[in-house]
Amino acid sequence: MTDHTALFEYLLRLGDNTLVLGHRVSEWCGHAPVLEEDIALANTALDLIGQTQMWFGLAGEVEGAERSADDLAMLRDVWDFRNLLLVEQPNGDFGQTLMRQCLFDAFHFELLTELTRASDDRIAAIAAKALKEVTYHLDRSSETVIGLGDGTEESHRRMQAALDLLWPYVGEMFTADAVDDAMHTARIAPDLTTLRARYDERLNNILSEATLRKPDSNFAQSGGKSGFRHTEHLGHMLTQMQWLQRAYPGATW
Amino acid sequence: MTPDVSTIWDWLDQVPDPEIPVISVVDLGIVRDVAWQGDTLEVAVTPTYSGCPATSVISMDIETALYDRGVTNVRIKTQIAPPWTTDWLSDKGRAKLTEYGIAPPSPAGGPDTCPRCGGTHLTRISQFGSTPCKAHWRCDDCLEPFDYFKCI
Repeated sequence: MTDHTALFEYLLRLGDNTLVLGHRVSEWCGHAPVLEEDIALANTALDLIGQTQMWFGLAGEVEGAERSADDLAMLRDVWDFRNLLLVEQPNGDFGQTLMRQCLFDAFHFELLTELTRASDDRIAAIAAKALKEVTYHLDRSSETVIGLGDGTEESHRRMQAALDLLWPYVGEMFTADAVDDAMHTARIAPDLTTLRARYDERLNNILSEATLRKPDSNFAQSGGKSGFRHTEHLGHMLTQMQWLQRAYPGATW
Repeated sequence: MTPDVSTIWDWLDQVPDPEIPVISVVDLGIVRDVAWQGDTLEVAVTPTYSGCPATSVISMDIETALYDRGVTNVRIKTQIAPPWTTDWLSDKGRAKLTEYGIAPPSPAGGPDTCPRCGGTHLTRISQFGSTPCKAHWRCDDCLEPFDYFKCI
């Protein structure tokens, strides 16, 4: 794999994570349990989709095939997506959505912090911009996980179930492959083992305050960021997200 | 005759922010640079939040304001580094926000006083408010909710 291909793949991973999670979170719009949470979810989705525009803008530039950010978002199929399996998982109940958010935000925060020091200025600039927004995302999702975990018997039960369900998708974030290695060598991406240590420390504190028990098994599902095998949920999501551009190619308003 | 850069800044200071029309795009600190490149006026604009839907409206409003004054060759350049910070809000902008009922950003991470009654017993409702740049607070003195322009 050339550095150029690896860079394009890496940018797709960053953009696909924010796009897929942004779309998932936006599915809550008008459905959240209370108005304040509805607004918070919509704002989070908006930040993530804004970040997607920046990552895809750069990805298109790096690829040099005249594909715009919109083309990358709306005209690729499931097997072209490079997002983590975690972010494509369905919303479930409100607790499950916030658990998924917290598991991702803690990773996103540590990753972006490192990317602000990337040897590629364009990546460092996007990371610095996104990090400011993600700091607020992590504040909120961790506070909510703590509040619901250490809440009522019912909310505790649901949060533990959400953690047990999503835990197998955490490992993929830290399993380095050829793309990660190439980006680390190019002094763009961080070493994922170091990142995992910081993630675990942060997450352990959140979970212990939330009175939740981290599952013992570190079994990790994989296949999302490589595009080898997504879960069945991504395809269903794309039929909704891409419907308009597929049915009416080039439609604008 | 081409207007000088300081005149352009004055004109841009009359372009209102589409979401909070009492402050200008210059007050908001999102106009980063104005420069003539030959006969083209280049205006560097930085987004507040990366997904803020007002960003494209702001670029259009800037272009329109300049066209109206006879500057037809305008290029809007999006600049993301250094990232926008609420430290760039002007003092004039901060005063206008308070007057409008929005508490300006404070390094303490929350509002100092209620923009309506001046009360100091305040409760945070949510870090996410009516627009990406605002949080939602309540004054426990006058019991009114209000927006706080959060720090980033």
